[in-house]
Amino acid sequence: MEFAELIKTPRVDNVVLHRPFYPAVEGTLCLTGHHLILSSRQDNTEELWLMHSNIDAIDKRFVGSLGTIIIKCKDFRIIQLDIPGMEECLNIASSIEALSTLDSITLMYPFFYRPMFDVIEDGWHSFLPEQEFELYSSATSEWRLSYINKEFAVCPSYPPIVIVPNSIDDEALRKVATFRHGGRFPVLSYYHKKNGMVIMRSGQPLTGTNGRRCKEDEKLINATLRAGKRGYIIDTRSLNVAQQARAKGGGFEQEAHYPQWRRIHKSIERYHILQESLIKLVEACNDQTHSMDRWLSKLETSNWLTHIKESLTAACLAAQCIDREGASILIHGTEGTDSTLQVTSLAQIILEPRSRTIRGFEALIEREWLQAGHPFQQRCAQSAYCNSKQKWESPVFLLFLDCVWQILRQFPCSFEFNEHFLIVLFEHVYASQFGTFLGNNESERSKLKLQQKTMSLWSWVNRPSELSQFTNPLFEANNLVIWPSVAPQSLQLWEGVFLRWNRSSKYLDEAYEEMVNIIEYNKELQAKVNTLRRQLAELETEDGM
Amino acid sequence: MEHIRTPKVENVRLVDRASSKKAVLGTLYLTATHVIFVENTPDTRKETWILHSQISTIEKQATTATGCPLLIRCKDFQIVQLVIPQERDCHDVYVSLIRLTRPVKYEELYCFSFNPKLDKEEREQGWMLVDLGEEYKRMGLPNNYWQLSDVNRDYRVCDSYPSELYVPKSATAHLIVGSSKFRSRRRFPALCYYYKDNHASICRSSQPLSGFSARCLEDEQMLQAIRKANPGSDFIYVVDTRPKLNAMANRAAGKGYENEDNYSNIKFQFIGIENIHVMRNSLQKMLEVCELKSPSMSDFLWGLENSGWLRHIKAIMDAGIFIAKAVSEEGISVLVHCSDGWDRTAQVCSVASLLLDPHYRTLKGFMILIEKDWISFGHKFNHRYGNLDGDPKEISPVADQFIECVWQLMEQFPCAFEFNERFLIHVQHHIYSCQFGNFLCNSQKEREELRIQERTYSLWAHLWKNRADYLNPLFRADHSQTQGTLHLPATPCNFMYKFWSGMYNRFEKGMQPRQSVTDYLMAVKEETQQLEEELETLEERLEKIQKVQLNRTEVKSKQSEPGRHSGFSTSDNSMANTPQDYSGNMRSFPSRSPSQGDEDSALILTQDNLKSSDPELSANSDQESGVEDLSCRSPSGGERATSEDSSKDRDSDEAVFLTA
Repeated sequence: MEFAELIKTPRVDNVVLHRPFYPAVEGTLCLTGHHLILSSRQDNTEELWLMHSNIDAIDKRFVGSLGTIIIKCKDFRIIQLDIPGMEECLNIASSIEALSTLDSITLMYPFFYRPMFDVIEDGWHSFLPEQEFELYSSATSEWRLSYINKEFAVCPSYPPIVIVPNSIDDEALRKVATFRHGGRFPVLSYYHKKNGMVIMRSGQPLTGTNGRRCKEDEKLINATLRAGKRGYIIDTRSLNVAQQARAKGGGFEQEAHYPQWRRIHKSIERYHILQESLIKLVEACNDQTHSMDRWLSKLETSNWLTHIKESLTAACLAAQCIDREGASILIHGTEGTDSTLQVTSLAQIILEPRSRTIRGFEALIEREWLQAGHPFQQRCAQSAYCNSKQKWESPVFLLFLDCVWQILRQFPCSFEFNEHFLIVLFEHVYASQFGTFLGNNESERSKLKLQQKTMSLWSWVNRPSELSQFTNPLFEANNLVIWPSVAPQSLQLWEGVFLRWNRSSKYLDEAYEEMVNIIEYNKELQAKVNTLRRQLAELETEDGM
Repeated sequence: MEHIRTPKVENVRLVDRASSKKAVLGTLYLTATHVIFVENTPDTRKETWILHSQISTIEKQATTATGCPLLIRCKDFQIVQLVIPQERDCHDVYVSLIRLTRPVKYEELYCFSFNPKLDKEEREQGWMLVDLGEEYKRMGLPNNYWQLSDVNRDYRVCDSYPSELYVPKSATAHLIVGSSKFRSRRRFPALCYYYKDNHASICRSSQPLSGFSARCLEDEQMLQAIRKANPGSDFIYVVDTRPKLNAMANRAAGKGYENEDNYSNIKFQFIGIENIHVMRNSLQKMLEVCELKSPSMSDFLWGLENSGWLRHIKAIMDAGIFIAKAVSEEGISVLVHCSDGWDRTAQVCSVASLLLDPHYRTLKGFMILIEKDWISFGHKFNHRYGNLDGDPKEISPVADQFIECVWQLMEQFPCAFEFNERFLIHVQHHIYSCQFGNFLCNSQKEREELRIQERTYSLWAHLWKNRADYLNPLFRADHSQTQGTLHLPATPCNFMYKFWSGMYNRFEKGMQPRQSVTDYLMAVKEETQQLEEELETLEERLEKIQKVQLNRTEVKSKQSEPGRHSGFSTSDNSMANTPQDYSGNMRSFPSRSPSQGDEDSALILTQDNLKSSDPELSANSDQESGVEDLSCRSPSGGERATSEDSSKDRDSDEAVFLTA
């Protein structure tokens, strides 16, 4: 196997492991192709079982012949290994470094992982576009499925099947695709059954400096408007940035050519700005020496909560246009693969009760992130400890999950899933045994044959035994639109992710358990009472006979 | 009444603070105790009641085309903006309120006219609910080391102390009096808390009058006596909760702190909690941040940091943690003081006691704690919370900070407290409300002179009566978090202390979580209790019928003997899952059945519709009885507002997003 040459030292004895909340433990360190394992060989348990792909960065230092490797994980955990012997330490360090930065996707763990569970439902087929469309087609005939992209030729970052207005034929779509960034012509993202209004998303129009226009594009988006109605275009860039984009061939919709549309600019930060924000935030959370004031000021300068507020505000605005103003909207930024998806998916969380259920949320991630072509591979290659500063690395999806957590915190009874579910998704996006988040779009995924060669995360998550840990015991279906508050007083640091390794969650976990017990006991009693009532009714009728 | 220049103004507008575009028209009334705004909207006629004693500042703003704006800020953090059409009316209201909110005699306060319709006996029983004598007995006192002293009978030694105190058995009256002369305002060292498990104790006092070199043999012996009352220990900690600089500055005024050389076997420690003036300004700054209209995240965090508020909260917590650790882990007694020993000392002793003793984390125990550390030991409620018109420099949110410390602990130990956040909020409200007599005056002596217990009612009885609303559903007497000491990490991290929007922005309902986990779980528990009762009666009935049938079948044949309960339930489980079968019976279920996932039940639990046992505490109404002379009182909108409120709830935040 090709990993053998990367593993310079497969095994070292007398290694001491330090990690948060546990006393140091001595044991044997083993390196395998995809894992770093430490076992004290007591009770046959491994003290550490870490996927190489979860390693974000490592530091090494030496005191005499004792080497220390500090491993910083993508889930923000920091662990330390004390390794006797300089050579062993250097070998281990360079092996870890090589194994955690494999350049070929097909060498990654999902291609080797063999599940230890029975697959009840193959997650690769859980959320087929056709099925999703059926949910709409009962309510409206204004939309159709288009297979125009089945070879990924029209738009490389789109899925093979998209939903477009019924009145627009594939030929027109082809033309529109040439007018939109990355070929990302406007497609349906969400249909609001209550009033028939829709959210569409796309890439920026390629107007350029000379104000190029595209009749088909105008026709396409106008086709979504009811007679006499106006729509909104939400541009996730500031006006200034949108104007500058014209110089590079991009641009925004001119009022003159889109008279039925009102454009709103809602600036949401992206790319390295988010990445730097995350780095600063995690740094602040890890530094426990500073005073209260410094903590608040570091939290502030990280700007993470500002980005949360921006994204949520844009999503609320979009939802408001749909539900309150009764207007359809088109959302885009530049590529339409990042901030655009944040807004469209968060707006659905607000508007659509289904997206607050477990399956509905999975479907949302599948539709609005995976199939919509959010480049997970690029964005989530590295996390908060990496110094590479590549422009394409950006915690866009983590920011989205954080926003969902903020809404969940404000509406604790309206979500079928709990915080733990969001945290697990965060982990799997950055490092996973499942193939779901590999690749940057459907085209890449199909070339990698992920469906045949890897297991879907949903196959595992949707097993009843797993689902129970992700289910919010407080859930009570709420069919209303939920309007979160975006005031700074209402937004909080997501401790479950950012302080997870810095403070013990023992007492909070106990509280959660207590909550579950209270509700379980109630259900148990209810079942008992119902049974008895039934029995009594039967006996009494028997009696009467 | 002579202070009310105009009892009623019509066509006043109440401005919605969340969006200034929204305002409701109504009538403003001034009574001897309240400002009342009644909306004109005929179907709701929603009322906003504000107690005069809750009003912190009144600001007359520049007249605009629509009228003359009046901004009322309350001590419970409510902000009300009214626009009065006529400048003259506005002036009259303003002048009246200025006088009404600054009473000069205790008799003007609400508690002397408040009448909850209880008879004399009920009133007396109310005052007996919290019994400090019993509390010291619960601690295990008196014992071989501590005794009840009558040295302060009739407040002869110290007029701000209680008349009954526990002191070391070896401390003679002579010693106490001697020590008291060497302590600021004669507040000599006395027992605050005794830790049965290891004999360690927390004592409290004021600063010594040491100046640069003065010493007092009796005071030194007094501290020695405290150490000896803890037989296992070689020393005691003396904790001065002030910053060192402040303590040193006090020496120039003939006050100061203990010199370790003069006192044998003490370890002296400064903690560094700032004084009441710093705290007052800090709160002021934080409230300014809370008041900002649509602030950015940076504005808010920067403002919060700049206020220093959470830094002060942490300092108080740190002191409490230090003392609790000294007592429980080291078994060392601690003497705590600040300057006069009635502000920081009260905060710190209370926090330490809460950490040490689960009893104080119960509803009743918390009342006792406040009664003991704050009321009996002469925390100056009147001065700090401005009940009577007085020196504004004496006002400071000392008790507010303590209440926040409790909340911060509740956030970290969600199962440890018997009471919930609402309880803390209501206690805070009543510290300012002057509706009950508990927090009147500056000392026990003053309260006795005013005959408070004969003339007013006790808050504790009122809260106890409504305790169902104040319970924490996660509390269980046998839970590990309700046992023994609460252990905080050795180095408490800053990020553990969070902004408490449930307190400081509590009237901005839109900012609060829209669904309350506490209320949801309470509803579940309530239902569980009913189910338990029903189960019992069902089982009884079943048994009866089975007996009858058994007798009958025995006569016929013994074949069809019905199984035991367990046999029944397993065999009928599938049927239990068909809800239609029981739909007829379902009606007897409580309406809030959390398992029924329909729209209505989801609505019931949204924040706006939550029942609140203290109606005066919800933003829109204060319909406590006692002010009966108001004819304008209409049936309260609270109960029938379910549908309206829920629809309102849906769009309450609209304006926030549309800044584009």
